[in-house]
Amino acid sequence: MKIPYFPGCSLKTIGEGFEKSAIASAAVLDIELNELPRWVCCGTVSSLTTDDLMHHLAPVRNLIRVQDLEETQLVTLCSVCYSTLKRSNTLVKNDPEKLKTMNQFMYRESDYQCNVKVLHFLELLREIGFDKIKEKIKKPLRGLTLSPYYGCLLVRPKEFGIDDPETPTILQALTKALGADVIDNPYQLKCCGSYHTVDKPNLVADLGYKILTYARNSGADALVLSCPLCAFNLDNRQREIKRQYPDFVEIPILYFTQLMALAFDLDEERLGFDIHYVDPVPLLKEKQLLIDSLPLIKEK
Amino acid sequence: MSKTLKLDSEDAKKFAAKIQERSGEPIDMCFQCGECSSACPVSPEMDLMPSTLVRFTQLGLKDELINAKTIWVCASCFHCVARCPKGIDVAKVAEALRQELLRKKLDYVEVRDLSMEERQEIPQIAIISNLRKFSR
Amino acid sequence: MEEEAEKEKMVKVYIMGREFEVPATLNIVKAFEYAGYRFVRGIGCRGGYCGACATVYRFKDDYRLNFALACQKAVENNMYLTILPFMPAEKAIYDLNNLKPRGSVLLELYPEIARCVACNTCTKACPQELEVMDYVQAAIRGDIEEVSNLSFDCIQCGLCAMRCPAEIVPYNVGQLARRLYGKYIAPQAMHTHKRVEEIHACVFDEELDNYSLLAKEDVEKLKKIYVEREIKVG
Repeated sequence: MKIPYFPGCSLKTIGEGFEKSAIASAAVLDIELNELPRWVCCGTVSSLTTDDLMHHLAPVRNLIRVQDLEETQLVTLCSVCYSTLKRSNTLVKNDPEKLKTMNQFMYRESDYQCNVKVLHFLELLREIGFDKIKEKIKKPLRGLTLSPYYGCLLVRPKEFGIDDPETPTILQALTKALGADVIDNPYQLKCCGSYHTVDKPNLVADLGYKILTYARNSGADALVLSCPLCAFNLDNRQREIKRQYPDFVEIPILYFTQLMALAFDLDEERLGFDIHYVDPVPLLKEKQLLIDSLPLIKEK
Repeated sequence: MSKTLKLDSEDAKKFAAKIQERSGEPIDMCFQCGECSSACPVSPEMDLMPSTLVRFTQLGLKDELINAKTIWVCASCFHCVARCPKGIDVAKVAEALRQELLRKKLDYVEVRDLSMEERQEIPQIAIISNLRKFSR
Repeated sequence: MEEEAEKEKMVKVYIMGREFEVPATLNIVKAFEYAGYRFVRGIGCRGGYCGACATVYRFKDDYRLNFALACQKAVENNMYLTILPFMPAEKAIYDLNNLKPRGSVLLELYPEIARCVACNTCTKACPQELEVMDYVQAAIRGDIEEVSNLSFDCIQCGLCAMRCPAEIVPYNVGQLARRLYGKYIAPQAMHTHKRVEEIHACVFDEELDNYSLLAKEDVEKLKKIYVEREIKVG
């Protein structure tokens, strides 16, 4: 199966490991993720006022690019991109007047016909079936205990979420299918502080402390998530957390696609662990999920 | 300290109607159950609880609302709307209130004020979303 | 006769609101001068290269704003004209030697590119027909090479910056990317380096002296040498 894929701004930088591992593990499942040509940044957060169309232009422009390929689906990895693209898609589907205005404004593009569906990669995996994913596993993640973390935009608001907004199970189902153990973390839906990481890093550190400490205290070895902004706030901001809370113990953050790539036993360079703030490699070696003799990318 | 609030003034009604329209939320449906405030993960940082924000919006208390810290603390995480029995999205109300200032050229965050270290460390996704929320 | 009639053909234009009749064969710059204006700023090479004479124009009864270099666009009937002498644009101060060609450097020096809403207004304004929005987007994701390639024909006229609702200055971002690309990313022309070294080492001095002497004493012979010289291709 070939499907257009929308990376979004941060998968080319801090989310590099997310993208690499996703493309490689999708290939194992016979899914070819083809980067959407000429994609534009979705704007990251959806505009929440009724009278603002300007900020819906970028998401709709991307959907037009999909339409121009004569495709009907667009897959995202980043939860934020997913939510923003889907919200704008829903807006124009439900409001022909607004769609007309936007089509007229973007007169250089073809008119958007609302025939594109926005999907999160996790939804695609659910469609394929976790049993089928299980069949491809070469190295089950035995002995690894994980704390799934959804954050906000993957599940809320519920019209734009991929799972139940209060009791989602999709990440649990995937991680279990990959052979890992899962803990219950009541903070799995709590916000990581999102864009406040720019102007209120202390607030982000407070929120991160709760999420990560609960996971650590409940026996989790790492957190698993699907958003590069959550990843930055919960991984890179551990430096600030440590500064604010001296008792804090670091814990690695992993993208769900990195877990898949690990379980599918793909090359280490497909995993993208080299840009993590808290290095997950020692943990994975301890659990014998990475072999010691392999040279690390950062040591090259 | 007590303060006398002027209710039922024409200006207050107009402001309430404006925020209701701009947010697209049925603000008048709120009956102050407080679910949003208890769900909000950042409410400890707020001066007005999310439920109070909605109540004040019903009353059109413009000065109290646009000077509230709350509108700049909201992280648009949508915990409030997930819990609201009336389905009111308080994040949308906060955005409509922020826009009241941003559209008058009052930026909350100025991108040029970020230090070079911050620019090097913080990823695009954070800077872009922050500017979308906090600058005009 | 027909040629003369063509020469005589006049069109009606409006310069800053005032009506003038000017020959249809003129470009916008010359139309201004024909009407009696004299350019002090907002003019440069008159050849479409320097980007100084960026302008906007509109046709009577058309809402759409059009963009051009005034020296490159012929006047047409019912054009509303003006000239934009200067664009007060933000320009980052940097020392190229101290920059590293990391993708994030564009966002670090021009953080306002994060405000791009992908409205494409910049692209519509570009008289060079560049995909300006596409290179601003490439700049956000840190693809220096793509920015450099897409902005290669930019002449820094300023129209994109003037039109951007997010107050981005695309042309300066593109320039930074091209500088980084040229200095750090593009393969170096090693043969040029080698030749420069040879020149510094005076390898060609004797040969040049001989030619200088010939120029004084036997120009015909020098011409012959020039015509029959060996040309290396590739």
